[in-house]
Amino acid sequence: MSTTQEKPMTLKSLSHKKDLLTGGHRMCSGCGAPIVLRQVLLAVENPVVLTNATGCLEVSTCLFPFTAWRVPWMHSAFENSAATASGIETMYRALRKKGKIKKEMNFIAIGGDGGTYDIGFQSLSGAMERGHKMLYICYDNGAYMNTGIQRSSATPFGADTTTCPAGDVVPGKPQRRKDLTRIMAAHNVAYAAQASPHNWKDLITKVKKALAADGPSYMGIIAPCNRGWRCQTNDAIQLSKLAVDACFWPLYEVEGGKWTINYDPKDKKRPIKDWLKPQGRFKHLFAPGNEWMLEKFQQGVDADWESLKKLQEAFGR
Amino acid sequence: MPTATKTVAVTGNQAVAEALRQINPDVVPAYPITPSTDIVQRFSEFVNNGEVDTEMILVESEHSAMSAAIGASAAGGRVATATSSQGMALMWEMLFIASGYRLPIFMALVNRALSAPLNIHGDHSDGMGMRDSGWIQLWSENAQEAYDNMVMAPRIAEHMDVRLPIIVCLDGFIISHSIESMKYLPDEEVKKFVGEFAQLNPLLDTDNPKSIGALVLPDYYMEHKRAQHEAMLKVKKVVQDVSAEFAKLSGRKYEIFETYRLEDAEVVLVSLNSAAGTIKDEIDRYRDKGIKAGLLKPRLFRPFPYEEVGAALKNAKAVCVMDRADSFGGYGPMFMEIASALYPHKGPVLFNKIYGLGGRDLMPLDVDQVIDETVEVAKTGKVKMVKEYITVRN
Ligand SMILES: Cc1ncc(C[n+]2csc(CCOP(=O)(O)OP(=O)(O)O)c2C)c(N)n1
Repeated sequence: MSTTQEKPMTLKSLSHKKDLLTGGHRMCSGCGAPIVLRQVLLAVENPVVLTNATGCLEVSTCLFPFTAWRVPWMHSAFENSAATASGIETMYRALRKKGKIKKEMNFIAIGGDGGTYDIGFQSLSGAMERGHKMLYICYDNGAYMNTGIQRSSATPFGADTTTCPAGDVVPGKPQRRKDLTRIMAAHNVAYAAQASPHNWKDLITKVKKALAADGPSYMGIIAPCNRGWRCQTNDAIQLSKLAVDACFWPLYEVEGGKWTINYDPKDKKRPIKDWLKPQGRFKHLFAPGNEWMLEKFQQGVDADWESLKKLQEAFGR
Repeated sequence: MPTATKTVAVTGNQAVAEALRQINPDVVPAYPITPSTDIVQRFSEFVNNGEVDTEMILVESEHSAMSAAIGASAAGGRVATATSSQGMALMWEMLFIASGYRLPIFMALVNRALSAPLNIHGDHSDGMGMRDSGWIQLWSENAQEAYDNMVMAPRIAEHMDVRLPIIVCLDGFIISHSIESMKYLPDEEVKKFVGEFAQLNPLLDTDNPKSIGALVLPDYYMEHKRAQHEAMLKVKKVVQDVSAEFAKLSGRKYEIFETYRLEDAEVVLVSLNSAAGTIKDEIDRYRDKGIKAGLLKPRLFRPFPYEEVGAALKNAKAVCVMDRADSFGGYGPMFMEIASALYPHKGPVLFNKIYGLGGRDLMPLDVDQVIDETVEVAKTGKVKMVKEYITVRN
């Protein structure tokens, strides 16, 4: 943590901070991931080292001989962002112990939902259990976008992807998504949270808390992908907000075992169809005969939201 | 003058662990697997008893062990690990990334058979399976060689002409778990010999941020690979130089391959690692009978010293290459190298025996049969079967 007096965080004060992920990267226009990462990096005060799993963000931000990163950054493979970061963080401790490094540093491992929920799940779980002081950030666009919109275990129920297409017999993804943030909380990490780029203040505050936490931390951040979600290029922020307002992507944090919902829309809670409707990947849910899918989706969201509120009741402040 | 050394009775694993203790790497990520587990356990004791100041990462898989090794090495320090068989197989993806990023990680590979069928005993399938991954490979006949190779490993890997990862192979159980008499160097001498390591462009130098691991498309990929190839070309000289320096320190001389009674040999066996010990004994017995038998035992297998091996074998009449691994559908992996090495020469008649898979013993009588057949081939110039499994039920 920086020792200087914390000034109130305003857009104006943030606008003076240097962008650590520069423009000129090759992410699609309107992609949520670089918005998320720029907000994450706005929260960083100490020198930071990043690792990045293979995926859209990685291939688009560092295409030889160019890089869009102004901080040390390493990609090694798809399933091992957390394991790679554990090596870096451990070397930091080893060299610090020997007096070869003096400064305080932060370590952030980044992965898409495929690199986090699926193939990187084991290495993430291992790194969190071992207690490396690092923040793992999953930018969650709900599919393997880099390889052309294949389903992941973060893909929502019913979604049309290239490996679970909305067909005549199987209407999109049959399963519900895995709730990874809760699984990470169950690792008893120092800090676990969900955030969304439409609420930059909440997101940045959470990253600051995560980096200051005494131990491993995990953040899942929703990151709309207009190619995969089949929506407009200017929809990222609006769809992030709708996901939160519909309680599909609740903003909450688990800090030292304490569960806090950071935003409860209460009577402004939107029906899930408001979030689904603008997305082409859910178009078939609105076709006659598929009403059960909308119902099932809504029931799932409601059940998760209720159980989250119970967790807050039981383990809140 | 060689420095004072201590004679000890230890297992191969103990010797490797001792070398690691003396090298005192900054970070050791590790995961247990028979028969290399023992190295990791012994090293954990050194760590927890404060005999080294290494930070260990007790990872949840070998894939993560190599991933963490890659992160740690790029971060800017010395990194070592050890594995065998399935562990090596699980690391496979990351081996190419370690070498592609030119990270001088060093690793002990206690050679063990690959599944299936499941088997925990020694053969060379794991080492041969990773031979094209861009790692330097040193093979060791016994505990002494394993120890010596391990002490030399960081010097070779970290040399500015090289900067490539290196693996030191020793035979599972036969060497890893048998007690032999051997000599340790004093701690201070090892420390001096390996020296300090400074990583090029360490990630932890946050004042000079670097991106490692770019996507490299067809416009630049080949240049990266050629640079790696060129680094490999420089390894042989570095191994020779480091070995010469080591000889001054220890009194033990190592070449890129060992020759045993090879100079005037007409019948020659080629073999890696522990089997060479048995073969040397049998060669002595045949020499006593007046048969000009000899052995070539590769030490540096990657990069393979084709020219030198070709020159050393070209005057033989018959050469039997003994492989403790198979390349299914091909000849044995070492046979292919020896055949390539001899290609420019008129040279001897070549044939290939596959032996010792899954830890099957190679007994002196088995070696005798091979030598007898090689004598026959030398006489007739004819080979009955180019590649054949030996010591196997019909
Ligand atoms: C071991 C391995 N398997 C498969 C791939 C192919 N692959 C590269 S990126 C990717 C999907 C990435 O998806 P995600 O993590 O969700 O990130 P996104 O591309 O959506 O940002 C896949 C399947 C790979 N690189 N490595």
